[in-house]
Formats: sequence, structure tokens, C-alpha cells
Amino acid sequence: MPADTLARPAASPPGAAAGHRLPSWFSTAALLLPTYGWLLIAIFLPLCTMLAFSFMNATPMGRAPVVFTLKHYKAFVTQPYLVGIAWDSLVIGFWTTFLCAVLGFFAALALARATAGRARETLLILILLPFWTNGLVRVFSWTMVLREGGFLDVLLHSVWPGAGSIGFLYTRPAIVLGLVHGYLPYMILTCYIALVTIDDAIIEAAQSLGARWWTILTRVLLPMALPGLTTGAILTFVPVIGSFMEPRILGGRVGVTMGTVIEDQFTQAFNWPLGAALSFTMLAVILAIFATFSGVLRRSTGGMA
Amino acid sequence: MTALARFYLLAILVFLYLPIVVMMAMGFNESALYELPFRFSTRWYEALSGNGQLISAGVNSVVIALITAVIATLAGTMAAVALDRHAVRGRTLLQLLLLPPIAIPWLITGTAMLVFFFWTGIGRGMHALLIGHVALAIPYVVLVVGTGLKTIRSDLEEAAVSLGSTPLHAFFAVTLPLLAPSILGAALFAFAVSLDQFVISYFLSTPGFATLPVQIYSAIRKGFTPEINAISTILLLGSMSVIVVFAIFARPGGSRDKR
Repeated sequence: MPADTLARPAASPPGAAAGHRLPSWFSTAALLLPTYGWLLIAIFLPLCTMLAFSFMNATPMGRAPVVFTLKHYKAFVTQPYLVGIAWDSLVIGFWTTFLCAVLGFFAALALARATAGRARETLLILILLPFWTNGLVRVFSWTMVLREGGFLDVLLHSVWPGAGSIGFLYTRPAIVLGLVHGYLPYMILTCYIALVTIDDAIIEAAQSLGARWWTILTRVLLPMALPGLTTGAILTFVPVIGSFMEPRILGGRVGVTMGTVIEDQFTQAFNWPLGAALSFTMLAVILAIFATFSGVLRRSTGGMA
Repeated sequence: MTALARFYLLAILVFLYLPIVVMMAMGFNESALYELPFRFSTRWYEALSGNGQLISAGVNSVVIALITAVIATLAGTMAAVALDRHAVRGRTLLQLLLLPPIAIPWLITGTAMLVFFFWTGIGRGMHALLIGHVALAIPYVVLVVGTGLKTIRSDLEEAAVSLGSTPLHAFFAVTLPLLAPSILGAALFAFAVSLDQFVISYFLSTPGFATLPVQIYSAIRKGFTPEINAISTILLLGSMSVIVVFAIFARPGGSRDKR
């Protein structure tokens, strides 16, 4: 949110309000209470409870006496296979973010430089529309394309009838493909917001001074799109490393990520304290990423306002 | 260069829509094993009408989305008004507190809700899902209505007050009508957020009470038939039309045009 709201004076002049209404702090509190009360019960207390659980040796609903322990946070040491899974999750996250950034930057560039008016508005809505449809259904739809004998194979066989199957469902690239499909609209939007503000005159000036397209791209467009790219990258990377249904549906047996491991702790293994500790480790990584890029983020939201 | 750019945009659109179109088409294919050649049939849509589990899950989804939209819009609009028009101490902190429901992966929020609701005895089921969905939708409502409020000049309301109106009456008579498009947009947004929510619902539903996405997920994992394509198509078209209506009502600058 832009910081300028801070500087805004209170709406009603103090003289007008004082006479005939409840103390202003009371009405303000009454207006804020439903929202923040709800968030307290549904978000903040649950997160605090889970944090407490992550330090317990067992779920307190069970029979075993509850003792404080750090053992779940040492899981990466005591259960080394988790390190490999965490690494795989990060690799999937990086590939997804990288592909989204490359595809999204050029799509935003094309939108900002080669379209205008109604056509641009329609294209933007068309690009963003899938983002607000059910992610699960979109992931499911990729199984129709990627499976053996699916749409991809049908396409291949129509040009090369004797060919084998190129369907790659239940592989890691399938997971990345499904995730890129899910988060690309976000990246296009954030890059577009950054690029659309670029003045034509800047590019014309660079051209008239003899800059080639490559120089314009790397010295003018990319630096100016950087805030948008960073915002988009964070908005992609964070949910991707917490994803579990995409790896399950598109990855099958190879789709084991931190997301699926955490989900298992809550739905299959019923080791809630371990699941909680893994969740908070993941949250710490995410917060570290936010903190690292918060400067860039602040500049980018400042640019958007 | 322009031609290349347009071709690239077209390719991106094909990438975004191709799997969805293929999925929808297969819902109209006769074969239960998704075999080609394509033979048009509506048998999977007919089969849906006899699938009580999917129908009741669909009804659950719509009911929850409606209630979520009402509660989230009321609470969120109140908070947006307070944050924009009142002198609030700690405004920055309050605005930051709206971010966790959006920024923390739903896997973590969802499991945290599961743990807390189980521990406190709130349990799982419809009421638990409602608590979760409303919490996820409120921040979006505050953001959408807050943006709308910024385009409405507060001195209109002040003028009404100085002409003898009570602040409350001035708000309802002056600001609220101007704000109506934003509020309606926010309500549609909240409805769509709830309708498409899967992760939170997955952790909070019970064997007896599930929403459509949860039911679809378990069907996908257990082995599915084109019936899933049919119900998915209906769900996609439903949320797409909600968002298109939203785009028309709350287009950036839409409320400004009406001023």
C-alpha cells in the first residue's frame, strides 16, 4: 500500500465531529474489529499455535506427555533425505521462476510496445483470466495434454504417424510446466505495470544515439522492468515452494517436494509437530527472501503508485 | 518487430488456453478412456446429474462462496473506510497485517488452521471452511474498496456534514453510493476467491462435507472419468464469468468514470 495515505489528514475536521458523535476512537475500533478479529482467529492464532506445536515432542491431544523439544527442527540433520527433497523443491522453484520471468518479460514487452487501446485491454484480460480460475482444474487439464496418448501425442502423430510417445506426464518437467502455466499471468502483469510507464522518447533517444536493440534491451528496458521482475519472481517463487497438489498430480511418484512432505505429516503420518516445524522452516526461508528483496519491492510499489 | 511481438503474444495465449480447451473438449468425447478419434457425446454431462456427491459438493461450494462474499465484503468495507477516512494509529502495521493471508503459502495457513481448529474444538466442516475462506477474502476486499475510496473525494462528505448532515448520514448518502461499484466488485472478487479455493478447503473438509475442488482432487487421485472434465468445465466457466463481470464493474478507473 502506498505510504501517502499516512500523510493524509483525518477526514473530518475536529471541530465538526466533536459535538454529536461517539468518540472517534470508538467508531474506528468498531469498524476495524470484525476484520482484525477475524484475521486473529483464522490466521494469527493458528500460526501461533502451530509455532508452539513445532516445539512439542508429540501432538498434545495424544496420550504421551508433552515435552519441549527442538528435535523437529533438527530433522534436516537426522533425516538426511529431507535435504534432497528440499533441494529438489528449490530447483523446481528456481526453474519455474526463471521460465516465468523470461516468458513473462517478453510478453509484457510485446503488450506494452506492440499493442494499444482496446486490443491491449482485451489481451490483458485474456491473459489474466486463467489466473482467477481454479488452479486444480488447470493442473488437471495438463494431464489431458501430457499423458501417453494425450493431446501432445495426437499432435505429433498427425505429422509423423509412426512416432512413439513424447508425453512426459509424471516427470519433473511436467511439474515445472504446470507451475509456469499457473504463475505466468502474475509475472506478465507485474512486468507490464513496470514497462508501460516507460516513455517512448527514452527509447527513441537511445535509437537516435545509435543504440542497437540489444543495448536498448539490456541497458534501458531490463533495468526499468527490474522492480516488476522482482515482484513477479517473489509472487511466483513463494507459492511454488509451498505447492503440493501440482507435484502430486503432474509428478506422480517423482513428485515429492517439501509441500507434499508437509502435507503428508498432517494427512497421512499425523506427525503434526514435525509438519509444523517443516512449515516454519519454509516460512523462515520465505521471510528471508522477502527481507532480501524488500528494498527492491518497496521501490517497485512506489513506482506503481 | 510488431508482427513478431503479436505472434509471440498469440503463442502465449495458446499456451495459456490450450490445456483448458483440450480438457473441455474431452468432456464431450464419448470414450471413458479418453480415446480418440473424437466422438461427440453429452453422456458425461448426463452422468453428472446422477452423481450426488459431486452435485452436493458443488452446492456446498456455491453456498460457502456466497456467505463468504457477504461477510468478507461487510467486514472488509468497514475496515477499508476506517483505514482510509479515520485517523488510525498504527495504520501501516494494520495494513501489513492484511498481507499474511495473501503472502503465506496456503499450505502453511491451511495446516495451521487445521491444528488450531482441532486443538480448540472448533473442528472441521462447513463452519471451519467459512472461517478460513472469509479470512482469505477479507484482505482483497479491503484492498479493492480502499482503492475505490481513494478515487472519491472526502470533501464531499465534509461538505454534507458542514451543511448539517450527521457524519453517519453523510457517509450513507454521499460516499456509499459512489463506492457501490467498488463494493460490488470486491464482493465478486471474494466470491471468486472462495469458489476457487482448494488448499484451505482440503485441510478443513470432512469426509461428509467437501467443496467441489476437494471432491475433484480426490477423484483425480483415485482415477477419473470424463465426468471430471464435465464438472471442471462448469466450474471454470462459472468462475470465468464472475471475473469477467468483475472486470466490467471494477475496471481500473471504472469508479472514476462514474464520478
